[in-house]
Amino acid sequence: MKQAPISSDAIIRCDSVSKTYIMGEQKVHALRDVSVAFAAGEMTAIMGPSGSGKSTLMNLIGALDVPTSGDLYIQGRNLAKLDVDELADLRNETIGFVFQQFNLLGRATALTNVKLPLRYSRKLDEDIDARAVECLQLVGLGDRMGHRPMQLSGGQQQRVAIARALAGRPSIILADEPTGALDTQTSGEIMDLLVNLGQQGITVILVTHEAEVAAYAQRQIHFRDGVIEREIRTEP
Amino acid sequence: MKFGVAISSALEALIANPLRSFLTMLGIMIGVASVMAMMAISEGAARQVDEQISALGASNLTLRPGASRRGGRSSGANSAPPFTDKTVQALRQEPYITAVSARNNGGVTVISGNDNWSTQLFGTNTDYFVTQAWKLTSGEFFSERNLSQGAAVAVIGATIADTLFDGTNPLGQNIRANNVPLRIIGVLEKKGQSGFGGDRDDVVIVPITTARNRILGAHRTTPKHVNSIEVGVADGYDMADAQTRLENRLREIRKIKPTGTDNFRVFNVADFVRARSSTQATMGLLLAFTAAVSLIVGGVGVMNIMLVSVTERTKEIGLRMAIGARKSDILGQFLAEAIALCFIGGLIGSGLGVGAAELAARMGGFPVSISPFIAATALSASVLIGLFFGYFPARRAANLNPIEALRYE
Repeated sequence: MKQAPISSDAIIRCDSVSKTYIMGEQKVHALRDVSVAFAAGEMTAIMGPSGSGKSTLMNLIGALDVPTSGDLYIQGRNLAKLDVDELADLRNETIGFVFQQFNLLGRATALTNVKLPLRYSRKLDEDIDARAVECLQLVGLGDRMGHRPMQLSGGQQQRVAIARALAGRPSIILADEPTGALDTQTSGEIMDLLVNLGQQGITVILVTHEAEVAAYAQRQIHFRDGVIEREIRTEP
Repeated sequence: MKFGVAISSALEALIANPLRSFLTMLGIMIGVASVMAMMAISEGAARQVDEQISALGASNLTLRPGASRRGGRSSGANSAPPFTDKTVQALRQEPYITAVSARNNGGVTVISGNDNWSTQLFGTNTDYFVTQAWKLTSGEFFSERNLSQGAAVAVIGATIADTLFDGTNPLGQNIRANNVPLRIIGVLEKKGQSGFGGDRDDVVIVPITTARNRILGAHRTTPKHVNSIEVGVADGYDMADAQTRLENRLREIRKIKPTGTDNFRVFNVADFVRARSSTQATMGLLLAFTAAVSLIVGGVGVMNIMLVSVTERTKEIGLRMAIGARKSDILGQFLAEAIALCFIGGLIGSGLGVGAAELAARMGGFPVSISPFIAATALSASVLIGLFFGYFPARRAANLNPIEALRYE
């Protein structure tokens, strides 16, 4: 078996991960033998045309899907060894998701939305309300806590979503096209927020096809046809 | 599963869609209301029967002389030799018998002042008040001394007291029964209708000796005759068992050969009432079943809406899974939603059911009995309906693939 390069501070490690979907008669190789590691506190942009495998990798890292072959390690734990409840708990405690369409509960206030992951937490060692308020203040929405998503702008909704992702004190933030539904100026604000999280030691991985957005990251990984095409590191 | 999240998420979802929630509950409400009303009505009927039975004496056996046979010919009911005071004395010795009452009865005309009234006169012994569980509103029962002396005293029923004395105190007054003067020493408490429709309070009770010697007359061959005997069976004895022992003892007393047929009958009056009312109970049960069917139809409605709701909220389910909800959390949330729908519907339905039962009691004159047991049954039935019909949609939600659910539009 091929040994992937082991970096000691890697919080996420993929060892020759492949993912194959069966669509009717056809086999679609979404990821082919990908080995990659992400260091703690690093901000990475994953780029590539649609169908290149970038979203598949995000789903695997987010413990929402399992690879066809290969192993994934998050904080040293092999995801293949975890059962569905342990995977759910991992998503709850270690990972924060940010989506292109925000995915907020429309009938709930900003505060309730941010509280949602905390309510599923099995750790419960702090005051849920206080933590949710703290997160909303962190993203600059301390005065919008009682608003419903309908009453907020797109940028504000994405901030609520980021606050929700932060609520459980995750080590990893997975952002799938976080600025895809926003205008340029708002995109910049959201990206500043994500960069700030990276500076606080949170590992941020974002999927994007916009070069300006990717430019915020220290590292860019380009995918094509299920393999890593090239990798660029920019010094901040 | 985390109960707090399950319940609060469920309630949030129900409040978010109030009209739909209400319409879904409506089926359960109607179901629970009709189950409650039907149960209340059949319970009421059953209780009425129980009251009739206990009024008759649930642990009493009635004895009548049967037909006498000569050769192959039967001479008709009550033609066999009658019971006597001796039969009563002999039965008193039996360990399984607590009381032996004797009764001779006949129709009499009772006169008080200018009023007269046709009624039943019972000549009895003192045990009669025990086996029939009579209570007094005033005065006293006649005594053993009255009985042995054949005293001209009477205890009258509430109907007689009302008809002949209309408000004035009958105690100490005299009435004449078939022209025999009797002093009233007691007035009985009202018992109401018998299980067979007669007025049990339209009665004059005198010592059996008085009845035989002066009012109703004696039997042509047997001076100390007793028309019918009623025995109270002691607590802890099986009624059927006691009846068999009593029959065997009577065959000895009446000297019937082992091959001979009984010339007496022993029967349990409560059994007649039970048999007569069993059709009524069956009817009530049938109605309750019909009502239960409507509850199940309501449950199907809940399942339908829950399936719609799961489909509508697929994306929400995907999100909840992504942020760390376990399968059991999702299952619990949707199950709680179905149960909450049914429970709240059940609560409102119980209220409506009580109202409907009250209405049936007022308008239709049904005997109605609403017990906490009925309400608890109806409520737990609605919760079970929610659990049963909510499980399938909830399981469907819990088994969604998180990625597909998140992508669902």
